[in-house]
Amino acid sequence: MRRLLALAIALALLASAGPVHAATLKVGSKRFTESYILAEIIVKLARQAGIDAVHEQGLGGTAVTYRALEDGAVDLYPEYTGTVAQTIVKDANADDAAMRAWLAPHRIVMSPSLGFQNTYALAVSKGAVEREHVAKLSELQAHPALRYAMSHEFLGRGDGWPGLARRYGIAVVPTAIDHALAYQALAEGTVDVTDVYTTDAKIERFGLTVLEDDRSFFPPYDAVFLYRDDALGRFPALAGVLARLNGTIDAATMRKLNARAELDKVQLSRVAGEWLGEAQGDAAPVSFVGGLVASIVRHGPRHLALVLGSLALSMVFGIPLGIAAYVWRRPGALILGITGVVQTIPSLALFCFFIPLLGIGPVPALAALFLYGLLPIVRNTHAGLASIPGDLRDAAHALGLSATERLRHVEVPLASRTILAGVKTSAVVAVGSATIAAFIGAGGFGEPISTGLSLNDVTTILQGALPAAGLALVVQLVFEAVERVLVPRGLRLGE
Amino acid sequence: MVNLEAVSKSFGGRVIIRPTTLTVGAGERVALIGPSGCGKSTLLRMVVGLVFPDEGTVTVSGTRVTPASARGVRRKIGYMIQDGGLFPHLTAEENVTLVARLEGWSAERCRAKVQELAKLARLPEARLPVFPRQLSGGERQRVGLMRALMLDPDVLLLDEPLGALDPLVRARLQEDLRTAFETLGKSVVIVTHDMTEAAYLASTVAVVHEGSIVQKGPMRALVETPEHPFVKELLGATRTLEEALA
Repeated sequence: MRRLLALAIALALLASAGPVHAATLKVGSKRFTESYILAEIIVKLARQAGIDAVHEQGLGGTAVTYRALEDGAVDLYPEYTGTVAQTIVKDANADDAAMRAWLAPHRIVMSPSLGFQNTYALAVSKGAVEREHVAKLSELQAHPALRYAMSHEFLGRGDGWPGLARRYGIAVVPTAIDHALAYQALAEGTVDVTDVYTTDAKIERFGLTVLEDDRSFFPPYDAVFLYRDDALGRFPALAGVLARLNGTIDAATMRKLNARAELDKVQLSRVAGEWLGEAQGDAAPVSFVGGLVASIVRHGPRHLALVLGSLALSMVFGIPLGIAAYVWRRPGALILGITGVVQTIPSLALFCFFIPLLGIGPVPALAALFLYGLLPIVRNTHAGLASIPGDLRDAAHALGLSATERLRHVEVPLASRTILAGVKTSAVVAVGSATIAAFIGAGGFGEPISTGLSLNDVTTILQGALPAAGLALVVQLVFEAVERVLVPRGLRLGE
Repeated sequence: MVNLEAVSKSFGGRVIIRPTTLTVGAGERVALIGPSGCGKSTLLRMVVGLVFPDEGTVTVSGTRVTPASARGVRRKIGYMIQDGGLFPHLTAEENVTLVARLEGWSAERCRAKVQELAKLARLPEARLPVFPRQLSGGERQRVGLMRALMLDPDVLLLDEPLGALDPLVRARLQEDLRTAFETLGKSVVIVTHDMTEAAYLASTVAVVHEGSIVQKGPMRALVETPEHPFVKELLGATRTLEEALA
C-alpha cells in the first residue's frame, strides 16, 4: 500500500510537472479558431521580445477562460468588448470606460482594440451587389427585391433580426436557414442576404460583401486582449508587444487568417507566423499516419500520466474506502452514496469546479479524474467483500483470526477479482474522461480533439480520438495480464 | 471442558434455543442430534463465539466466551464445517497452516505438524499443494479436519462434517474420524442428523428438539429407555436394511 501511494504521488507530480513556471507568460484562448490564432500571434511576438511564453490552448468558453485569468492560471487572453460587457460586466450598455472601471478592482486590464470587430453583420452575395449596388444596411430599404435568409438564432435574438429590421425599416420576412447552408444558398444565387460574423472565413471565400452598420445597430465586439495588471510588472517587454498589436489587424486580415486555418487547414502557429512575416519553411504535407504518430508522441505521455496518476490515487483512497464501507455498515452507506453522487456530476462541470481551487492544467484534471475513478473501485471493493460466502466468513472467524488478519489473508484475496474489475473499469473511464481534461488545459489526447472540434477538422479530432480509443484497448489487455498475476491461482481454477 | 449454562437465544422474535444446559467433559465425545432447524448448529456456534446467547453463559476450558474473549477462545477450538469451509485462494497446506503461520510458527515446525496431521487424517501428501477446487469432497473434509487440529486445540467442534459426501466416502471418513478421535483423546462435539453416525462417533448423544435438549446419554440408554416422545420418533425413523427389505 505504501508503495502504491509513493507511485501515485510520483505520477501525480509527473503529470503536473510541465514546462510552465512562474517566469512564463501564460496566454489563454477560447475554443474557436480566431481566439487560437490571436493567442498564437501574441505568443510569437512575446517570444520575439524575449519573453518565455506558452499558449494554454482552448480553455473553454468565456466563463472558464475569464476565471482562469482572474485566478492567475493564465496571464492574458483575447476577448471581445461586447462579450466583456454582456458576460463579464453583465451590463450590455457598458461603454469602454465603464468596462475598464469594472475590471480594475479585479486587477484586469483591457487593451485597446486590435483593429477589428467580430460581430453580427449582414452579407450580400456578389451577384446581388452587382445587381442592386448596396453597401450599407440603410440602403436595404430601397431594394425590396433582395431575398433574405437568416439563421435561426439570428431570427430569434432581440438584438438580431427583429431589432435590425425595426432600426432600418426593413419590412420583408426572411426565410430561416441553417447557418452552414446559408453560404451555399448565396453561392448558388437562391438567396441574396444572410447574417454572418464579420470575421467569418467564408465571407472572403464566397466573395460576399459585408454591409456597413451605418446606424450602429450591432453592439461593438472589438477584439482586445484582457490581461492581469501584474503581468506588465513581471514581463516588462509585454507593454511593447501589446502596443505593437494596437489597431494592426483589420477585419479583412482576420478573415484571411481564419480562412487559412479553417479552409486551407494550415497549422495555427504557422498562420500566426505568416501574418508576422516570419519565413515559413515548406510545410511538408503531413500524412495521416505521420500526424497520428506525432500526436501519440506529443500527447501520449501526458495522457498516460493523467490516467495512471489519477488511477493510482483512486486506488489508494478507493480500496480503503470500499473496505471501510464493508466493515462499518452505516458510514459505509454514506460513503457509497457520496461516491455515487460524484459520478453523476457531468465531467466538464467537475473539471471546471476545480479551477478556482487548483487553477487550470493537469492538477485540477488529476483531482477530477481521481474523483471519477473512485466510484467503480469503492463499489467493487465493497461488493467483492460483501459477496464472500457466509461459511467462509464463519470459518475465518472460527479460526480466531483478528479483523485485520481476516481482511488481509482471507477477505481481500477472495474479493481481489471483483476489486480488480473495479480498477479496470476506473482505468477505462479515466482514459475517456482524460480527453475532456484538455478543455481545462490539462493536455493529453483531448487537445487534438478539442482543437479539431473548434476547427471543425475531423482529421485533427481523429488524431486524438484514435489514440485514446487505442489506449483504452491497451488498458483492457494490460489488466487481463495483471489479473493473472494478482488474482490468486486457486480462484481462477475451473473458470 | 465445554460448559453451556442455561443459554437461550432468539432471532428476530423467533426462539431458537430455549434455556439449555450442556457439559462436555475432557475427552468426552458428544453428538448433538436432531432435525434441521432444531437449534443444534446454533449451540455449536455459541461455543465458538459465532453466536452469543441472550441469556446464560458459555465457558470453554474455564474461559467465559464473550465478544471480547471470543478470539482467544477460538484458538483453543478446532472447528470444522460441511465441505471443510476451506479458503479457495489457498492450497490445502496453506489452509491448514494459515493460523500457525500468523502465530509465527517456523516453516519446519509447520511442515512437521502438517505431515503428522496428513497421516492422521489419511490425506496423501501429494494432495497438499493442491487448491480446494481440485480436491474431492472427501479430501476437502480431511483437509478441514487437519486445519481444525493444527493448533492442537482442547476441543474439536464438527458441524455436519460429512453431510455432503456419498455413502462410501462417508463410511470411510467416519472410520478415520473415529480413529483420529481415539488417538487424540480430545473433547469433541459433533452435530449431525444421522443416528448411526452419532452412535458410531460419539460416546454421548444429546437429542435436540425445538431448541431444547430433550434427552442426553449413551445411545444404548436412549434406545432402551427413550424419555421423550420425540426421541422415540427419531429412533423409529432410522430403518435398518432388514426392515427395509421386510
